[in-house]
Amino acid sequence: MAERPPPQRMRVRAWGTKGLHARAPWYLRGKTGIVERRLGAYKNPEQLAYGLPAEPVPLYRIRFTMAEIWGDEAERPDDTIDAEIYEHWLEPIAEGDDHAP
Amino acid sequence: MPHDHHDHDHGHDHAPGALSPSGHPYRADQDGPLTRAQALEIAVRELMIEKGLVTADEIAAAIARMQARTPAMGAAVVARAWTDPDYKARLIADGRAAAQELGADIEAMHLLVVENDAQTHNVVVCTLCSCYPRFLLGPPPDWYKQRAYRSRVVIEPRRVLGEFGLDLAEDVTVRVHDSTADMRYLVLPARPEGTEGWSEEALAALVTRDCMIGVAVPRLPDPAPVAAAE
Repeated sequence: MAERPPPQRMRVRAWGTKGLHARAPWYLRGKTGIVERRLGAYKNPEQLAYGLPAEPVPLYRIRFTMAEIWGDEAERPDDTIDAEIYEHWLEPIAEGDDHAP
Repeated sequence: MPHDHHDHDHGHDHAPGALSPSGHPYRADQDGPLTRAQALEIAVRELMIEKGLVTADEIAAAIARMQARTPAMGAAVVARAWTDPDYKARLIADGRAAAQELGADIEAMHLLVVENDAQTHNVVVCTLCSCYPRFLLGPPPDWYKQRAYRSRVVIEPRRVLGEFGLDLAEDVTVRVHDSTADMRYLVLPARPEGTEGWSEEALAALVTRDCMIGVAVPRLPDPAPVAAAE
């Protein structure tokens, strides 16, 4: 049997979107996680919110560790948060190119 | 006569801060101006009725239908998954289709079912708003929509669960699910020990709303009723 490739790592873009309807929670911006699963494509809610024509955007479930999100303040470093993030909010991370806090 | 007291004004214009006889504050009367969204809702609703697109009866019936949903639907799904391994496999693979098999009125939503086991405890939140699987659990509890739960459960889930009376073992991993987009979530709790041979109905009675959000786990009544085991 072929070996499963390691889970793809993604970083949430750290865009500032003050006042705009955005679907990437602030507390996850700039944080790195792994793709837990792909969910298919859904109309971009950030266009729908303004009555604009909305394109389907691939949606991912990204799994973050508490250590990645909260650092030394984490209640339990290995507990996780899974969130649904649209593809335009994600940038793939190459192996070895770790998030520098 | 029960109401023959003259020692206070009975005009019922309760002052702010006044308490009911049972010691609870009265909800303030909503005498402020309508918000923009409220005015828009009234205008659109009245126009739709005026143009004959819907009737007031139909709107009231739709609200009643939403309010009539209860966690019993979710509990039936969980009990079936506990007793039928094939159903459980279908539920994990495609939550919406499996819930529809049991008659859930699930509309356009997708359902992800996350399973608790000896090493994993799942809990659901929507930090951006208050997304909730109403088609399985009915209207959400107030705390689910409040900022305290929504912000704290992603920062200190174990402490929050402790406040709900749920103390997890050291070796259990907590997985918080932030319902940020198009999925809705149902926690499939672990079937409690000591329920071998129970009917689906008896099992479903153990599955509370909070178990399916993930802030509780099913517990046997204490002491376990002999009658429930058939």
